[in-house]
Amino acid sequence: MTNSWTDIRNTDLVVIMGGNAAEAHPCGFKWVTEAKANRGAKLIVVDPRFTRSASVADFYAPIRQGTDIAFLLGVINYCIQNDKIQWDYVKAFTNASYVVKEGFAYQDGLFTGYDESKRDYDRSTWEYEIGQDGFAVVDETLQNPRCVWNMLKAHVATYTPEMVERICGTPKDKFLKVAQMISECSSPTKTMTSMYALGWTQHSKGSQNIRAMAMLQLLLGNIGVRGGGMNALRGHSNIQGLTDIGLMSNLIPGYLNIPVEREADFTTYMTSRTFKPLRPNQTSYWQNYKKFFVSFQKVMWGDAATPQNDFAYQFLPKLDVPAYDVLRYFEMMHQGKVTGYFCQGFNPLLAFPNRQKITEALSKLKWLVTMDPLETETSRFWENHGEYNNVNPASIQTEVFQLPSTCFAEDDGALVNSGRWMQWHWAGGTPPGEAKHDTWIMAQIHLRLRALYEQEGGAFPDPILNLTWSYQDRNEPSPEELARELNGYVVDTVYDPADPTKVVLEKGKQVVNFSALRDDGTTACGCWIYSGCFNEAGNNMARRDNTDPDDTGAYPNWSFSWPLNRRILYNRASADLQGNPWDPTRKLIAWDGTKWSGYDVPDIAPTAKPGEVGPFIMNQEGVSRLFARGLMREGPFPVHYEPFEAPIANVVAPKIRGNPVARIFQNDVAQFATSEEFPYAATSYRLTEHFHYWTKHNFVNASLQPEFFVEISEQLAAEKGIGHGSWVRVWSKRGEVKAKAVVTKRIKPLICDGKPVHVVGIPLHWGFTGKARKGWGPNSLTPFVGDANIETPEYKAFLVNIEPTTAPATV
Amino acid sequence: MEPSPRTATSNPPVAASATAANLGERDLVRRSASTIPPPARQLEPVAKLIDVSKCIGCKACQSACVEWNDTKPGLETNTGIYENPHDLTPDMFTLMRFTEWENPQSGNLEWLIRKDGCMHCEDPGCLKACPAPGAIVQYSNGIVDFIHENCIGCGYCIKGCPFNIPRISKVDHTAYKCTLCSDRVAVGQGPACAKACPTHAISFGTKEDMKTLADSRIEDLKSRGYENAGLYDPPGVGGTHVMYVLHHNDQPEIYSGLPKDPKVSPVVNAWKGMAKYVGFAAMGLAAAAGMLHSAFTGPNRVTREDEEKAEDLVKEKT
Repeated sequence: MTNSWTDIRNTDLVVIMGGNAAEAHPCGFKWVTEAKANRGAKLIVVDPRFTRSASVADFYAPIRQGTDIAFLLGVINYCIQNDKIQWDYVKAFTNASYVVKEGFAYQDGLFTGYDESKRDYDRSTWEYEIGQDGFAVVDETLQNPRCVWNMLKAHVATYTPEMVERICGTPKDKFLKVAQMISECSSPTKTMTSMYALGWTQHSKGSQNIRAMAMLQLLLGNIGVRGGGMNALRGHSNIQGLTDIGLMSNLIPGYLNIPVEREADFTTYMTSRTFKPLRPNQTSYWQNYKKFFVSFQKVMWGDAATPQNDFAYQFLPKLDVPAYDVLRYFEMMHQGKVTGYFCQGFNPLLAFPNRQKITEALSKLKWLVTMDPLETETSRFWENHGEYNNVNPASIQTEVFQLPSTCFAEDDGALVNSGRWMQWHWAGGTPPGEAKHDTWIMAQIHLRLRALYEQEGGAFPDPILNLTWSYQDRNEPSPEELARELNGYVVDTVYDPADPTKVVLEKGKQVVNFSALRDDGTTACGCWIYSGCFNEAGNNMARRDNTDPDDTGAYPNWSFSWPLNRRILYNRASADLQGNPWDPTRKLIAWDGTKWSGYDVPDIAPTAKPGEVGPFIMNQEGVSRLFARGLMREGPFPVHYEPFEAPIANVVAPKIRGNPVARIFQNDVAQFATSEEFPYAATSYRLTEHFHYWTKHNFVNASLQPEFFVEISEQLAAEKGIGHGSWVRVWSKRGEVKAKAVVTKRIKPLICDGKPVHVVGIPLHWGFTGKARKGWGPNSLTPFVGDANIETPEYKAFLVNIEPTTAPATV
Repeated sequence: MEPSPRTATSNPPVAASATAANLGERDLVRRSASTIPPPARQLEPVAKLIDVSKCIGCKACQSACVEWNDTKPGLETNTGIYENPHDLTPDMFTLMRFTEWENPQSGNLEWLIRKDGCMHCEDPGCLKACPAPGAIVQYSNGIVDFIHENCIGCGYCIKGCPFNIPRISKVDHTAYKCTLCSDRVAVGQGPACAKACPTHAISFGTKEDMKTLADSRIEDLKSRGYENAGLYDPPGVGGTHVMYVLHHNDQPEIYSGLPKDPKVSPVVNAWKGMAKYVGFAAMGLAAAAGMLHSAFTGPNRVTREDEEKAEDLVKEKT
């Protein structure tokens, strides 16, 4: 989230699209009810289903899953056509005036540089014109036909209300009502918040769904302000922490990158990370990259990371592919190329697409380790559960080790919520039975591996043998020790160059925050964005002061919000070019002639003059990007692409199937269905009674929603002869499930490109372990393809067929 | 009037030291099939306000109710609806009921979600119908409570209830329903459901405060085009200590059959009148109960399943 949960109460308009906050985030949704009850805020829900969020909305519009980009570009087009733009914001704080390089163009769904054989682009033209002075060329009059504003205007012109209706199935009048309500927030004194979740991410073009809304929010001047923002509602209590801490194959903590093969040495690695400002006076904060990187290396390898060995750069692996994401890993496993797999707090047998493939892949492992407080389906993938898990245990040779671990209530530590609040928590109980803390398990694995390397040597023991491991109890690092490492500390005393008697940083002390980090090896820091969370002032994550001066919703002394306890990102953009708040009733920070101050930690250097330094300090331009340059694989502007399995052809680019740059593995292509074979548009989702595949292990939750079901419209039920609560079989080109049918008015057929499209809704909470009735998840049906930028699987839009059936055989 | 043991509208901090239970025999205003002296003090009436327009149907209230009362609702099946369990049961005192309603005026679908449960009537039909002395009581703050050791399981309370709320346990053959968390209220806590409700759709406080809160909600709903928004506090039962804010207060029945004008059944009132007149001896009670039994419910039967469950219960306890 750019903002925080508590800030949602400051909004005038909540748009829930690509999520279902009332259902999946009921506790956070309280801030929507607060905004409605106390500010008179309105709520719009756009969803294929009339959801629990829709039940309390002021306006609901249906949409076909997988067509959000068409809808959002339609709203952008509406705002441009009707001059509903916050002009001062757009001109000063976005790249609307930047001139795009000659050669860049868009035609028939593709941008310049597409190579079909590679399913990738040569992105060299997706850039700005660079002037003689070395800076990007801008045209503040917006007259240049090649400036971003004019290119955007032309790009979205296709998405008329009629086109939106044709693609999305949203009736024109409903679309126009939504567009009109949204466009009102172009006023500097009205803000809109976007609350989205997996309904936008789980598509083959998920990143572009979010980008389209971010662009709209920029045009309305809603980024960096109270009650505005792009607010990603994270699906687990600590999934924000997972990404922050870099638990992905291509990241190291704090959104730094694992080197790739062509970056053979540190100098080469840093060459592409200079982040030279693209406009005069701009901050371009990533210019500090080296400080964060070197401090990370120091935390990892201490004295073994020296200037002479490039701070142990060679201890890091070098990626030979863009990422070893889970789809790639299971593809490799399926090809028999993986020996063993550690599965920590993760249930891929139900969580990853094309379950048949996942089962086959796990069956080819030599060994599998699961670390989980619950008996997951994955840990029992080899066990026959009749129709629910129809495998032959005798044919599976994988050795499975189940390591019982603890849940969040059984250990201390911090959870990072969607709003970037790092909230410390304390154990409420001791681990039951043989369960052990994850930290103990990980420590044991490390110490045993280390002993093996010590005894037997090995190809490259250095990174293991030199890993910093100076915990009080080697067998179990404490959460406080780990948190202090994340914050960072001083390795060697640093003196003031002007006055050598003056100590700037004292050896052994915690650094105050990341502004103290250095690239010479004198500081260590595990995750730069977290720095400040546990400094010499103590554990700031454990702060529990819920006072809120002037009721701004900031609660600045409750927990710690990364970065630097900042509650709203880009908050400099809440003030105009003179530094005065756009909306005085929603002041965040203001310029007093010499410095920035206010209710939040300024997201800019405190003395940066308002007319000179742009608010988007992480960007080389200092402004935000309506045109994304080469940073998105599909293109600098979003384009409507159909899901890989779609009920109609792409009407704006009929020759293109799916996202033209999404990675597809050869074996999976044959398993993508057409609408002739599988006529119904399916989607998957969560229900409020359950949390993923966990709470089915709890009897109370199980009793509140005991049995797997699918939801269909009355019309489809009538067509297929399916009764309320009767058994249906739903199948895709990859598998089948049996479920109870919930026949509902909340799903209605949509008319898309003149053709009725029936939606089949498939919730995901059932499996073959736990207290609830046995069932299946939608992943038995979903395709093995992910987002082109980050490989989140396409769970939200695929094709199925449905027919009445009888109950599954019980075991 | 003495302040009633109660809490702020929602999620109050737990007092550092638990207060002693402050709701008891001396606060009774009614006791089934009994004549009691006037209460020692008059507590301020309390109420739970359920704002249907803020409710998202998440069932946190059901979950909290199960946890607090330590009940064991069954693991049922899906029958094509969201209600689970499918009805109120002796182990499920509150239930989200879902109605898909197409508004004929706007043509829009509305998903009406109502938390069902005991309304704690000012004029409680269950209590009036109850022939067992002290099985149903009413406190001066308005809470209507079932005292299980006095319950004979006759089921008259169900017939007496204009909202069809109480349920007889097949295990111990006594009647169960929402207690308005009288045990929590007694020590200064709000009901478990109100505490768990994430959207503050459930509030708890004095009835007066709840009416004021309802007024502001109704005003908000009217500003959003719900012309008939209003407070459901039906006069036919003397008002209730559980009230609803409804978007369509002119048609309460669209909310899963919430009665438009609930009243205590004339049979119950007659029975109550007679009871008053006869003035109960224990023998008289048995005879009267026997006479009325078939009129209300038909005879109780103990099935083999009941016996087994009872045996299981005994085993569990020992």
